[in-house]
Amino acid sequence: MITICLQGNLISVEPTLLLNQFLIKQGYVENNFAVAINQKFIPRTRYAGLTLQEGDVIDIIMPMQGG
Amino acid sequence: MWQLADKKYLSRLLLGTAQYPSLQILQDAIVASGAQLITVSLRRQISRETHQNDFWMAAKNLNCDVLPNTAGCRTAAEAVTLAEMAREIFQTHWVKLEVIGDEYNLQPDPFELVKAAEILTRQGFEVLPYCTDDLVLCQRLMDAGCRILMPWAAPIGSGKGIINPYALMTLRARLPEATLIVDAGLGKPSHAVLAMELGFDGVLLNTAVALAHHPVLMAKAFKDAVVAGRNAFCAGIMPERDFAHPSTPLIDTPFWHQEI
Repeated sequence: MITICLQGNLISVEPTLLLNQFLIKQGYVENNFAVAINQKFIPRTRYAGLTLQEGDVIDIIMPMQGG
Repeated sequence: MWQLADKKYLSRLLLGTAQYPSLQILQDAIVASGAQLITVSLRRQISRETHQNDFWMAAKNLNCDVLPNTAGCRTAAEAVTLAEMAREIFQTHWVKLEVIGDEYNLQPDPFELVKAAEILTRQGFEVLPYCTDDLVLCQRLMDAGCRILMPWAAPIGSGKGIINPYALMTLRARLPEATLIVDAGLGKPSHAVLAMELGFDGVLLNTAVALAHHPVLMAKAFKDAVVAGRNAFCAGIMPERDFAHPSTPLIDTPFWHQEI
């Protein structure tokens, strides 16, 4: 297992997990979110080919009210 | 109709979507304002509850164009990443670029702002920077490729109105080709009237409507104010004078000042 940080929380995941598989497992199945890993934007087209790495910091953001 | 980048709008009022008492009031206020472009933000989702999704569903139903912002960013790198994420979510290359430099008054960081604007315009973004009213900063932002500038009237949420009219007048005079939108610090409709009378192309506000006792009515008031100010600017405002001048002609006035 490897440890990653999701939304500020440390969690353990399988070492060969792809980003798209990880997102589905976490319940992110709609299109109204975007992902950054280690503060870099990851386009949706890369989800299926990106393997999570030990220590990755994953941020998932969604629309909210703003001025 | 007026031109904003590559789009045309009827309304010159842009409205934020935060701080409303309820989603229903938010929707009603936006409709009452006549705004066709609304600002939204992006935040890390803390839980998978549906609050944020409810907002987004409500916002989409308004059929307004969306202007995502980079609120909360402190560096150019953060703002660029957030803008890239916003482009994917909202399917728009427009971004309201915010890079804050001071926690006390939420003043934009001019150095990081220009750096981010340069990167984003190279990536094809239409960058609408939230900036101070500093002329040279605005010139640098235009050099970076910004066609639309959004100088503050006063610090965000302060409601103070235009604290430096001279600076805004200078921007209008020195940057005639720029689209200028006053953003932040307006508290009441008369502030919006003044901004438009100064020749600004539009007004963006949020708190003044959202925190009004009756947000929907205040939205309508700002709608009318923006129209009134724009009409006044287009009509041509008379020059101010230091002396009285009778508005009623005095020629042939009966009873007095007549020599017998």
